[in-house]
Formats: sequence, structure tokens, C-alpha cells
Amino acid sequence: MTMHQLFKSRLTMIVAVVVLAALLPMFFPSAYYYRVAALVFVFALAGIGLNLLMGYTGQVSLGHAGFIGIGAYAVAVGPTHFGLPPWLSFLVGAALSAAVAYLVGRPILRLRGHYLAVATLGFGTLLSIVFTNEAHLTGGPDGMAVQRLLLFGWAARGSETWYWISAISFVIGAVLAVNLMDSPTGRALRAIHDSEVAARVLGIDVAKKKLTVFVISAVYASVAGSYLALFNGHITPEVSGFLRSIELVAMVVLGGMGSIAGSLVGAAVIVMLPQVLSFLHDYEHMVLGLIIMAVMIFLRQGIVPSLTAMLARRHP
Amino acid sequence: MAELLQFVFSGLTVGAVYALVALGFTLIYNASDVVNFAQGEFVMLGGLTTVFLGLAGVPLPLAALIAIVATIAVGLALHRFAIEPARSAGPVVLIMITIGASIFLRGAAQVVFDKRFHSLPQWFGADPIRVGGAAILPQSLVVLFGALAIVVLLWAFIDRTLFGKAMIATAANRLAARLVGINTRAIVGFSFAISAAIGAVAGILITPITLTSSEVGTLLALKGFAAAMLGGIGNAAGAVVGGILLGLLEAFAAGYLSSQYKDAVAFLVILAVLSAMPHGLFGRARVDRV
Repeated sequence: MTMHQLFKSRLTMIVAVVVLAALLPMFFPSAYYYRVAALVFVFALAGIGLNLLMGYTGQVSLGHAGFIGIGAYAVAVGPTHFGLPPWLSFLVGAALSAAVAYLVGRPILRLRGHYLAVATLGFGTLLSIVFTNEAHLTGGPDGMAVQRLLLFGWAARGSETWYWISAISFVIGAVLAVNLMDSPTGRALRAIHDSEVAARVLGIDVAKKKLTVFVISAVYASVAGSYLALFNGHITPEVSGFLRSIELVAMVVLGGMGSIAGSLVGAAVIVMLPQVLSFLHDYEHMVLGLIIMAVMIFLRQGIVPSLTAMLARRHP
Repeated sequence: MAELLQFVFSGLTVGAVYALVALGFTLIYNASDVVNFAQGEFVMLGGLTTVFLGLAGVPLPLAALIAIVATIAVGLALHRFAIEPARSAGPVVLIMITIGASIFLRGAAQVVFDKRFHSLPQWFGADPIRVGGAAILPQSLVVLFGALAIVVLLWAFIDRTLFGKAMIATAANRLAARLVGINTRAIVGFSFAISAAIGAVAGILITPITLTSSEVGTLLALKGFAAAMLGGIGNAAGAVVGGILLGLLEAFAAGYLSSQYKDAVAFLVILAVLSAMPHGLFGRARVDRV
């Protein structure tokens, strides 16, 4: 295997992530680092889902945080108001996200370009308005507490536990995504990305495939949302807001469209930036806006694909 | 009946602002295919700059004038430093850039101004005029006539001047426009300037009624966009009608259904229109070239 093939191989990427996740904690001086790393993996998981939709299939969603919100509120509302165990609420959330994505996706995935962008944006904002207004269920703008995850009498708590849960989930999510992309469906999705018309001429049911990947990406986001809520123990409508959706898209583009490893890199940058920039206080929004603009103008190719291309040039 | 009339008045007032935001969207979209999500920030900047210049002792008419000029400068800077460098990018990247710009401008406004709500004095006092059992603020009439004046002036400019004709040509076919010697770059820059000015004026007109803060831009942009979409994006007359229609829908929803879900109307409209009529009420279907 040449250097280039080694670097491009998806298996290499998965192994690298596993090794990284296993060794990283050796360098963590405090629980705070576990916490940040766990957040990176959780958002990277949502990033994989969005990447399947955006990077591979070429369909944008500016409302994906809406699905994070469904997953998050499922594990918050289920145990509190309906007496469901958290793990069941988690599954209900994923199923609900899939159902909502299926219903909404059917009409709006026919749209393209900015029409699709705006429709998904409207959808995400709508969900966030619902979470804010249904205060009797969700606690309104102040949010609500989330019960701990209990599995066979064992309670998942603490940053370290969640680090391992989220890291393992990310690896599973990445393996599933890689397998999906290597399946006939994955090839159909990439064909749609290159040309919808050509894909249709080849006999691909474009509408159905797009809907499939939209539903899958919604489930990824929902799972990430549930983790986020269970991990934080508290949830507010902000989790499903417009800004979150934008951050998700920025993660995917920054890391690299169509790169699973890129989802992790993008999530790492976007999650850690506010921590690093916390000394900026009031200037945080300005800097975030500047970064989004700069990424879109100068780093449109994404970090991981740019690096891969660079390495490929050096080791042909 | 008085109730209905009351809702119509408030719907028209807010709708006029949505119409102006939608008009700004349309101008930039027609010239450059860019969907400018920072459009709402122009409205915010116009209102807030006037407020703070006023607080600093500048007479309000002069403050308003400076605010408009400052907002135009921001619009031109947005075009020059954020849109131009990414000219070759796809629509989604351009949307993300304008969203980044919107977050940046909001953050900047929080630093330069503050996060609180501010108001301006109403132009002709705050005594409502009674019409058929409903009340309408004199300022609402200012907003309505102001919006009308802008629409008429813009129409006259585009329809009657050579530069306006160049704008129409650019919107119709950019390459063809360039071939006949039109400087399309200047047209795009000019569209950003005009859109910024329209946004700023809308902000100055509406602030005495709805107040303003550094946060108002995002929602206004989304609603202005919904209005533009409703009318069929790229259609200036459609944008104005869409704005008024959205304002009325919101007022009725708030009055008869639920005031909490007033803000949801715009997004339901977006989803409904795009699902049923993917090209808006007045838009025409576009055929892709393969």
C-alpha cells in the first residue's frame, strides 16, 4: 500500500480514531478536558449525519439542530412527564426524528440550492419555537432538568463516563457511515451529488434516496442531541436554535465535505474555539461570525481534504 | 369589525417593514444570486445608530441621515470583503457567508452599542387616530407612506434611468449584460448599497413603534425572506405583496389564534409555499439546463 492509499483508506481512519480516543485521556490533566472531548465526539456524531447529507449527497440543511432538539427533549420529557425510562425515551426520540424527517423531507427535498436551505432553516426555527412555547412540557426558555441515564441499575454520570460513551458511539457511527457509503445506496447518493439528472437517467430513484439519507442524518443528530441532554443534565431550546444549525454546517464544511474524519476535526475546532476564545467575552459573537465567513471564503475545501491532497502530492 | 380593522392596521404596519426587507433581498438576489441573510442587520443598524447618535446629542434628522450613510458603508464593505472574494462559490456557501456576516454585525452592535431595547420618539406624537372603532398610530402612517415612497422611488429609478436599465439587464442575464458593456460588478455593489439604505430607512421608521435592539436583525431577515419567497424570489412587486401579506397573516394569527406562535407563521408560510408552489405565488418555474 502506498502512503497515499494508506491515508485515503477509510479503515486507516477508523483505526486512527480508535487509537486517538484510547490514548487521548493520558494527556488530560482534569475532568474538564474529558468534558470538552466528550462534547467534541457528540457534535462530531451529529456532524457525520449532516456530512452524509451535505458532503456526500450535496443537499444542505440549515435546520439540523431541530433534530438535535428532538433527541434532547425526548430524553428530557419522556422520563419527566411520561414515566418512560431514559433509554426508551432515547429510542423514541430517534424514531420520532426519523418520522419527522420522513414527513418533512418528502416535500422539501424536492427543492434545491437556496430554496432547500431556507426551507430547512424554516423547519429548524419552527421546532425551536415549539420547544420554547410548549412550556408546560419543556419548561420554556429556561429549559428543564434531564434525569440521568440508568442502564441495568448503573447510572451514567461524570465527564469520564460520557467521554467513553461518546467516543465509542462516534466510532460506531463512523463505521456505519463508511459502510453506507460503500453500499449501492452510497454510490447512488454520490451520483446524486454529481448530477441529479444523470443519476435519474441511470435509474436511481433520486427522491427516495435523498429521503433515506435525510432520515439517517436526522437520526444521527437525534442521538447526538439525546447524549448532549443526558450528559449535561439540563436542556434549553437554544440547543435546537438557528445558531446551532449554523455551527453544525460550519463544522462539516470546515472539517471537509464528504470526509468522516473531517466531521471530527470540524467538531473539534468549533467546540473548542469558544473555550479558547472565552477570554474574548463580549467579542465572542464577532469572532464566531468572522470565523464562519473566513472558513467559507478561504477554507471551502475543508481541512482534512486539503491535508489529504497535500500529502498525496508529496507521496505520489 | 373594529377588531378586524385593528389587526389590519397592525398587520399593514409590520408588513410594510417586511416588504422593505424583502425588497432589499430581491435587489441583491437579482443582481448577484446571493441570498443576503444580513439584510435584517441593516434594519437593526439603521435604528440603533440613529438611537445612539441621538443619545450623543446629534439632532435626530441628522442622526438618521448619518445612520443611513453608515449602513450603506457596511453594505458596501460586506460586498467588497465577504461576497466578492467568494464569487465563484455555490449558493449555500454564499448563504453561510452572509449568515456569518449577520452574526458578526450583531456581535459588533452588542459591543459598540449594547444589548438593551431602545426606542425613538414618534414623529407626530403618540396620540392614536381613531378610524372605525380601531386605533392607528400616526407613526404607522409614516411607516406605510415611507414604504410606499421607497417603492415608488425605486421603481422610477429602475424603470426610468439608464443605470436602472443596466440593473434589469444584469438581473436578466449577467453574461449578456457584461457583453453589452455593463459593469456588472458595479451593479452588484450598488445593489448592496441600495439594499442597505432601504434596510436602514425601514429600521429608522419602525423603531418608534416596535423598539429595536442588537438582536432584532435575525428574525427580521428570516421573515423578510419568507415574504420574498411568498412573492416568488426575484420578483420585486411580489416581494412587496408578500411582505404585506405576511404582516397581515401574522397579525391575524396573533389576534385570533395564539400570540405565542405569531413568529411561527413566517416559517409555516415558507414551508407551505415551498411545498405547494416551489416558485412562490408569482414566480415562474425555471427549467435547468443540463
